[in-house]
Amino acid sequence: MPQRDHLTVTVQRGGPDAPMRPQTFEVPAYDNQTVLDVVSWIQQNADPTLTYRFACRVGMCGSCAMMVNGVPRWTCRTHVNKVLDGNAIEVGPLRNLPVIKDLAADMDPFFDKWVTAEGRHHPTRTRQEEIAPVDPQAEERQAASAGIECINCSVCYSACDTVAGNPDYLGPAALQRAWTLYNDAKDADRDAILDAVSGKGGCHSCHSMGSCTAYCPNELDPLSAIAGLKRATAKRFFGGRK
Amino acid sequence: MKVARAHPLWLAYLLHRLSGLGLAVFLPLHFWVLSYALNDAAKLDAFLTLTEMPLVKAAEFGLVFLLAVHFFGGLRLIALEWLPWSAPQKTWAAAAVAGSFLVSTTFLLQAI
Ligand code: HEM
Ligand code: SF4
Ligand code: SF4
Ligand code: FES
Repeated sequence: MPQRDHLTVTVQRGGPDAPMRPQTFEVPAYDNQTVLDVVSWIQQNADPTLTYRFACRVGMCGSCAMMVNGVPRWTCRTHVNKVLDGNAIEVGPLRNLPVIKDLAADMDPFFDKWVTAEGRHHPTRTRQEEIAPVDPQAEERQAASAGIECINCSVCYSACDTVAGNPDYLGPAALQRAWTLYNDAKDADRDAILDAVSGKGGCHSCHSMGSCTAYCPNELDPLSAIAGLKRATAKRFFGGRK
Repeated sequence: MKVARAHPLWLAYLLHRLSGLGLAVFLPLHFWVLSYALNDAAKLDAFLTLTEMPLVKAAEFGLVFLLAVHFFGGLRLIALEWLPWSAPQKTWAAAAVAGSFLVSTTFLLQAI
């Protein structure tokens, strides 16, 4: 590959007060450069007013996701040379969320839906009681464990066209969380979870197009988790219990 | 920014949506023409001579194609959502269905 010394980087600027508009920068190219490095370079060397968000820089915190050439990605672990289109990249705020400013999307609707989907623990014991042992080999536990590495980055939520078309749709991450808790031996209110995910905007709104699973940076599989909820809610509807 | 989303499952979704809509548009027409069999058999026969035309033949092929695509796409979705299979199990099942389809249609085509 020919050695490039500069990248042409277009970032989306704007927010609620100013309409979004693209702005292009020439950014020096380095080996092993991430998209977050590029955005940081612009903010530190070209335009200090550029707004974006990150924290851990190692793929743990889920705060740095942005649209990169039309695909939602965790920018701190996305190498520039994996996504370059010719010599250019285009970076924008996550899709399907309100924009705070420039590259920082407002994550509130995303997190609110975790709560709406009953994505919270319903304890079986108090802190005074002994901790119940968990069998890591149990089938149920394996289903739960499959989803627990979610970093709340909202990449799947931005990738999902059902979210784009239906503002009430809870979205892949919140539904996957509900499925995880549903399979958790230490969760005491599975009916509340099924109630929360079987209504309007719940798991049955999902069209199994799989963009969530295709783009999740942690290689999780919300598509299959949501299919699990579809089966569980349908079983309950027809009078069966798991 | 243009959204890039052309991964296989999304394309399958698009195909299913388009074939479903195509069928939804076609079916009422189909029943309307069939209704002539009850009301006006001569008109139906006149219409059926149309089906000899190459363009109409091509359109018929398109419809059968739509139905096949939507049918297998629908079975795919039902399997995907209702059978909690692992990825390798799905690959084997798909291969088995494709293989048996190939063999059985070969026999069918030889029979007719
Ligand atoms: C022949 C008449 C048919 C018509 C007019 C029709 C039409 C449609 C339409 C418009 C959709 C919505 C697509 C979407 O939500 O993305 C759909 C979805 C679906 N169809 Fe059909 N269909 C027909 C036959 C079938 C058959 C024979 C099967 C099964 C083998 C089937 C299985 C499905 C399934 C599973 C869905 C859900 C797709 C989703 O959730 O996105 N359909 N159909
Ligand atoms: S599989 Fe369901 S949740 Fe995932 S992207 Fe498609 S519609 Fe959205
Ligand atoms: S499921 Fe994956 S893409 Fe979605 S929020 Fe969790 S880590 Fe991010
Ligand atoms: S900065 Fe924490 S995941 Fe990217």
